[in-house]
Amino acid sequence: MLRYALLRLLGAIPTLLLVIVLAFLMVHAAPGGPFDAERVLPADIEANIAAAYHLDEPLPQQFFRYISGVLQGDLGPSYRYRDHTVSELIGAALPLSLKLGAAAMLLAVIVGVTAGSIAALRHNSFVDRLLMAFAMTGISIPVFVIAPLLVLLLAVKAQWLPAGWSGNEGALRYLLPVIALALPQIAYIARLTRASMIDVLASDFIRTARAQGLRTSTIIRYHALKPAMLPVLSYMGPAVAAILTGSVVVEEIFGIPGVGQFFVRGALNRDYTLVLGIVIFYASLVVLLNLVVDLLYAVIDPRIRHR
Amino acid sequence: MLRHMKSLRILLLVVVAATLWSCGKPGNDSPQVSTLNRGLASDPESLDPHKMRSVQAGDVLRDIGEGLAGYTATGELVAAAAESWTVSEDGLTYTFKLRAAARWSNGDAVTAEHFAFSLRRLVDPATASFNAHLIAGVLNATAIAAGELDPAMLGVDATDEHTLVVTLSQPTPYFLALLTYPSTFPVHPEAIAAHGDAFTRPGVLLSNGAYKLDAWEPGSMLRLSRNEHYWNNAQTAIDAVNHHVLVQEVTELNRYRAGEIHLTSAIPPDSFQQLRKERPEEMHVAPYLGVYYYGFNLSKPPFKDQPELRKALSMAVDRDVLVSSITGRGEAAAYSWVPPGVDNYAPRQLAFAGQSQKERNALARRLITEAGYGPDNPLTFELRYNTSDTHQRIALAVQSMWREALGVEATLVNEELQVLLANMREAEVTQVFRSSWIGDYNDAHTFLSILQTGNPSNTPLYASDEYDDLMRRAGEQIDPMRRRLYLEEAERILLTDHPVIPLYFYVSKHLVSPEVRGWGDNVLDYHYSQHLSLAPADANP
Repeated sequence: MLRYALLRLLGAIPTLLLVIVLAFLMVHAAPGGPFDAERVLPADIEANIAAAYHLDEPLPQQFFRYISGVLQGDLGPSYRYRDHTVSELIGAALPLSLKLGAAAMLLAVIVGVTAGSIAALRHNSFVDRLLMAFAMTGISIPVFVIAPLLVLLLAVKAQWLPAGWSGNEGALRYLLPVIALALPQIAYIARLTRASMIDVLASDFIRTARAQGLRTSTIIRYHALKPAMLPVLSYMGPAVAAILTGSVVVEEIFGIPGVGQFFVRGALNRDYTLVLGIVIFYASLVVLLNLVVDLLYAVIDPRIRHR
Repeated sequence: MLRHMKSLRILLLVVVAATLWSCGKPGNDSPQVSTLNRGLASDPESLDPHKMRSVQAGDVLRDIGEGLAGYTATGELVAAAAESWTVSEDGLTYTFKLRAAARWSNGDAVTAEHFAFSLRRLVDPATASFNAHLIAGVLNATAIAAGELDPAMLGVDATDEHTLVVTLSQPTPYFLALLTYPSTFPVHPEAIAAHGDAFTRPGVLLSNGAYKLDAWEPGSMLRLSRNEHYWNNAQTAIDAVNHHVLVQEVTELNRYRAGEIHLTSAIPPDSFQQLRKERPEEMHVAPYLGVYYYGFNLSKPPFKDQPELRKALSMAVDRDVLVSSITGRGEAAAYSWVPPGVDNYAPRQLAFAGQSQKERNALARRLITEAGYGPDNPLTFELRYNTSDTHQRIALAVQSMWREALGVEATLVNEELQVLLANMREAEVTQVFRSSWIGDYNDAHTFLSILQTGNPSNTPLYASDEYDDLMRRAGEQIDPMRRRLYLEEAERILLTDHPVIPLYFYVSKHLVSPEVRGWGDNVLDYHYSQHLSLAPADANP
């Protein structure tokens, strides 16, 4: 298992390199530069700025300067946030995005699996229909509609919760963004769980368990839940990705200084180093998460482990 | 055992919930500390005065720094770090007397040498400042920025601890106004020597303004607190200022409505009319030194050497409809290039300003026909604008005005800002493009100079010897009245050549909480926190 994990990690290096090269070429191919503005500068001054940020060097030279920095763990200074380095910005933004993402994921799994299981147990009943109607709505309404609605109702009108991020201390400010981020995932996971649970509940070993006189709750908890979780688990990878991209919107709406917000701003501002830094970071994260999911699969499903 | 586990779990839940609730309560500040919360449309790119560039960096720097001159809340120029100054008769030598009480946030005296050091640093090529050209009027500044002379050769001299002498290479009547711009603010030489580029960090940054920087979380907030050493600290009412970075106007509005911020940096277009009804007293809409315009590419057909054709297109735009139905936030229709409200200047008007739109359209149709276009041979071109709801609505309206009045077919091309800027600079594919100009200082020169031949912001590539000559003569004039006449004549030439279609003049738009006292509307849209104070919402002013 360890050997497998190490091999997979080594295999990721060429992938990451390719991602860096492609991303580097793409950000530099985008028209305009980080210091363009409606206010065009005199040529001398432009030359001074280009020289200060090495933008006057040929592209290959810029690339090698960048990549040698990256190998030493230096992602360079941000072009837009000139008083900060890229590592600093990611370092400050990451814990926020992670907390936000993890909380949303946790909420999505707990509520989604519970709702899905209830719906499966009450298959075709009123409760089932109601839950699935909610789920359907959750999937179809995009985050950028739900989030402002939540703010308007709970923060602006009722004033129960803070409307934004900055200046509001404490955990309450996480509540609205986490709910907004989790809602579509709750819906999706509930539907997955329900379908898979119905399948499992109809299988022979569950019938055997029932025949032995076990209580329904015991059957669900000890026999049905684990096999029913497999499709949900394989959805985790895409779900993490969805939460990451969803967080871009949510961070924007709530003004949360997370990685997503910096990524979007960086792309719009042609902040080459910031965009590249985040791409490298995300790419590493995806590689790592894929590996983790594969390893988890082996833990849950003995058939894979024994192959 | 099991029951124990269960109650333990419930206890845990209660504790967690209680902790969450208690940390969530806003208003941790003690009641004696008055804290101003204001919206900021983006992070400052830098708090180094010589590396700053944006309006937002300026907003923060005006709170933490101070130049030789400043403005009152309503926009009158006043002495700031300098106590007084004298100007030589030829207008070339400015002698500033600094305040003996001026202090940095660590208690050090602010000296004339600090200002001299800072102005040299501004033009030093090694600094790579975006605003080095701002003080191009100072002796040798341009040559230093070009790397031809040593920064020590700049025309600034600290003759004693509190006297700064600045020598200009040509009269610059707006020179004092430049000294209110943050790029001319001082930096502490020792802070730079000690910390290098990191001297702008919270806790390290030394400021000479009313506030000092306590914390900066990029993308979220900058926290400032009172600079106890500031010379005018006794007159500063607000103890702490939080600049909240709120990029989305809607988010900013929500936070204002929820009572979390006292003033906004903008008002979302879609909420404008509703807010005008709901909160008329809190809305502050005032003229602003900015013009929104369409530029022609004068280097290529169909607009090269066709002033009459350009005039026709300018005439057919019903500016009143644009400002009343499309922008609708108090903007003023533009019939001149220089906005109203500029000091010591009366903007010239487009010749057709006095006509009705019907008359304009009739004349414009004739001009189009004379230029050789008609129903069989319609004029077609591309109109480029950068991605934005407002820009798109305006472009659609102008497109239909041109089509209906003149039979002209403009194709709309929507581009990301950086793409549009690159296209404008290359002037290869552009025909008509959207742009805007925001004045750097309160003088007509900031608007008129950009259309001089060779000015990097002259994206229409307008080149008129007559115009350039008038601008040059205005530059040599010491007498403000005669200078003004040259500038006004230059604008008149500009308005007969039609290199641009001025569409409307900007307004500044803010929501200001009834708690805020001391707010003043001004054309530069500068609002120093030190001029404001907070009173309970229900107290009488």
